[in-house]
Amino acid sequence: MDALDLARWQFGITTVYHYFFVPITIGLSLLVAVMQTQWMRTRNPQWLRLTKFYGKLFTINFALGLVTGIVQEFQFGMNWSDYSRFVGDIFGAPLAIEALLAFFLESTFLGLWIFGWGRIPEKLHAAAIWLVHIGTLLSAYFILAANSFMQNPVGYRLNPETGRAELTDFLAVLTNPVQLVTFPHVIAAAYMTGGGFVLAFAMWHLWRGATPGTDKPMYRKAAKLGAVTVLVASLGVIVSGDLQGKVMTEVQPMKMAAAEALYEDVPEGEGAPFSIVTIGTLDGSEEVWALTVPKLLSYLATGTLDGAVEGIDHIQDRYELTYAGSELTAVEDYRPVIPVTYWTFRLMMGLGFAAMAIAAAVLWVLRGRGSETDEQRLGHRMWGWAGLLVLLLPLLANTFGWMFTEMGRQPWLVMGLMTTQTGVSPGTTAAEVLTSMTVFTLLYGVLAVVEVGLLLRYGRAGAEQVPEDASYDPRTRDDDDAFVFTY
Amino acid sequence: MELTTIWFILIAVLWVGYFCLEGFDYGVGMLLPVLGRDETEGEAPHTGETRKRQMLSAIGPFWDGNEVWLLTAGGAIFAAFPHWYATLFSGFYLPLLLILVGLILRGVGLEYRGKVDSPAWRARMDAMVVVGSFVPALLWGVAFTNIVLGVPIDADMEYVGGFWNLLGPVALLGGLTTLTLFLTHGALFVALKTDGRLRHDARALALRLGAASAVLAVLWLGILHVRTGTTASWLVAGVAAAGLVGGLLAAARGREGWAFTGTFVAIALATTSLFLALFPDVMPSSLDPAWSLTAENASSSQKTLGIMTVVALVFTPVMLLYTAWSYWAFRKRVSGHHIPTGVHHAAVVDGGERAGADR
Repeated sequence: MDALDLARWQFGITTVYHYFFVPITIGLSLLVAVMQTQWMRTRNPQWLRLTKFYGKLFTINFALGLVTGIVQEFQFGMNWSDYSRFVGDIFGAPLAIEALLAFFLESTFLGLWIFGWGRIPEKLHAAAIWLVHIGTLLSAYFILAANSFMQNPVGYRLNPETGRAELTDFLAVLTNPVQLVTFPHVIAAAYMTGGGFVLAFAMWHLWRGATPGTDKPMYRKAAKLGAVTVLVASLGVIVSGDLQGKVMTEVQPMKMAAAEALYEDVPEGEGAPFSIVTIGTLDGSEEVWALTVPKLLSYLATGTLDGAVEGIDHIQDRYELTYAGSELTAVEDYRPVIPVTYWTFRLMMGLGFAAMAIAAAVLWVLRGRGSETDEQRLGHRMWGWAGLLVLLLPLLANTFGWMFTEMGRQPWLVMGLMTTQTGVSPGTTAAEVLTSMTVFTLLYGVLAVVEVGLLLRYGRAGAEQVPEDASYDPRTRDDDDAFVFTY
Repeated sequence: MELTTIWFILIAVLWVGYFCLEGFDYGVGMLLPVLGRDETEGEAPHTGETRKRQMLSAIGPFWDGNEVWLLTAGGAIFAAFPHWYATLFSGFYLPLLLILVGLILRGVGLEYRGKVDSPAWRARMDAMVVVGSFVPALLWGVAFTNIVLGVPIDADMEYVGGFWNLLGPVALLGGLTTLTLFLTHGALFVALKTDGRLRHDARALALRLGAASAVLAVLWLGILHVRTGTTASWLVAGVAAAGLVGGLLAAARGREGWAFTGTFVAIALATTSLFLALFPDVMPSSLDPAWSLTAENASSSQKTLGIMTVVALVFTPVMLLYTAWSYWAFRKRVSGHHIPTGVHHAAVVDGGERAGADR
């Protein structure tokens, strides 16, 4: 493998890994903020206990999201320096703004929230976790604006003197049509993941025999909150995903064709079918058997049941003609790896629907007022597995979605402007990239084990009991008491 | 003033903020095993563990925000000077990799240390914090010496010097200087923000560390400014040295606030003097001055710089306000009695033992 392949693998590994923590951070910060607000509104100690319980799990998750995020920012310059030179004029701004607006907000107010229990006024303390959540949204907005530029460059011109892309319209970059559908899609998916996270740990305790019966009503509340969040958010994911399909067909037709492994054009009026699964060659060029929904691909791509959909072969011919002239854009093959785009697209949707179904089933079981029988029903072994799945499925669906988005963009680094192979650092050796990839992979592997261990440990321990001396209530604490939280 | 000059200044300010703020929490991190020893005298002596937790709680609410100065500096260089970002980050590949690994270890160590109640666990996390604080504290000095003195950069703005070329004697001297400066700064932060014997031990240690850092700093800044300095950079470096000496004198007289201000000013001005010596280059080439990256030839377009200037002018004051407020909110010294006697997650340890009760 050369430096290019290694740099691509490193980017894939570190980004997929980083993104396990991101949607949980976005979704869980919202739900912890909601729990804390519920405690302040109702003064029901169950909400305070849940706030602290999920708050701890949140900080365990946040720590790794934070440290792996630094790598992401440095990586562009380290492994992709020619890319950084070429688009820095446009791409750097959202990154810098993300740090200035979002990272400072998140880190400062998370510090205030973690260490501020009983030390800063209660309302400010609750505001702190809301501001953390707002920080995560701002962060998502700016980094997605940067990514959307790579999918669909807008608001720029190519400067022939400097040979690079330069900004002409920043507002256009921030309101890229791809961005406007991607941001809601990503945020809704993150809320789905956060909801799944809350639901999973609540289901664990509803299912577990060792959890005190008196705590079950509390976890029931959390389970309902989580399940409703999953359901509402998944509707948002579906609607925004549908809109995304249309935009993608317009700006990245190859990606849409590759999502279905559609090689030949389907003309207007015929209606392209969508296959749920196909058995055949991996790249879908020959099929033995397929379960298809008629006309669905036409609907996904164009919004009408018989709209025309361009096939891979035709787009390949078109791109060869358009892009062969420049060193930055010329490659032999403009097709992404079709088996990857085909299957990640289906896994993304399938796993998301499965998570939705579990959340709906839990809500059905927990409908009405709480009674022993409900919790007994959730005590079946099946629900233990369902709880684990409702945590993992949205996470994996996010991952497959990003794999589809980024690998479906290939061979482009910036669609239509720069191929991936021309963006890599020219002076960086394969040995250097191999070293860094190996180091990060090993380190991340160890950290994953540590993190999962801590989540299980804290998750199993459950919410702390309320001590009798009322020292638990932040309102009754004195400034000189021992801190509620220290390192 | 040219927009490129404004952005050169803003980036200098971000590095100043990063070194002045995260400098002390790197120092505190490295001093954990040194200052976190059991007390042997006095009534109710604190254990080393209590002292460590006092130190960690003192930096707890701040270190993460301090680190964002680095992220913002990185992002700002990318946005304002893409060629600088590309050449620096791809050129200083292995040192940056080491710094990244250090920052990962350190962040995880700080966040996870208190999460498991076991001495072996804490020892591992402490080691991660120490190493993770040591590596960037040393390597940023190395990196900045190289940036200011110039490195082999070819006509295509690519660094062609390799790894070992970055570890020359002056660069190592620079690394030792930032290392000892941050240690002194961290010791004074502990003296300023904790109470009890720990506070006095930290102050005494700061004096010894400070003397070493003063010698190294004078030597290092002297060499740098003889080789590339201007009148302005000499002047600022001189005031930096005076600030350090003043801070140490204040420490000797028990004035912790002034002492910390002294090292803060010293680090701020020493960093400023480096940027003064650098300007108008951003990465001078040691091969041919014509190949140097300058604030002009490495910069983004006027359009981007203009937009970024507006964003920075609007949002930096907001950020400074809430950052200052968070320092104000946690202004109290951390005493031994603030550290909860029971481990706050005692329930978790029980939980671990209850595992067998699971079906």
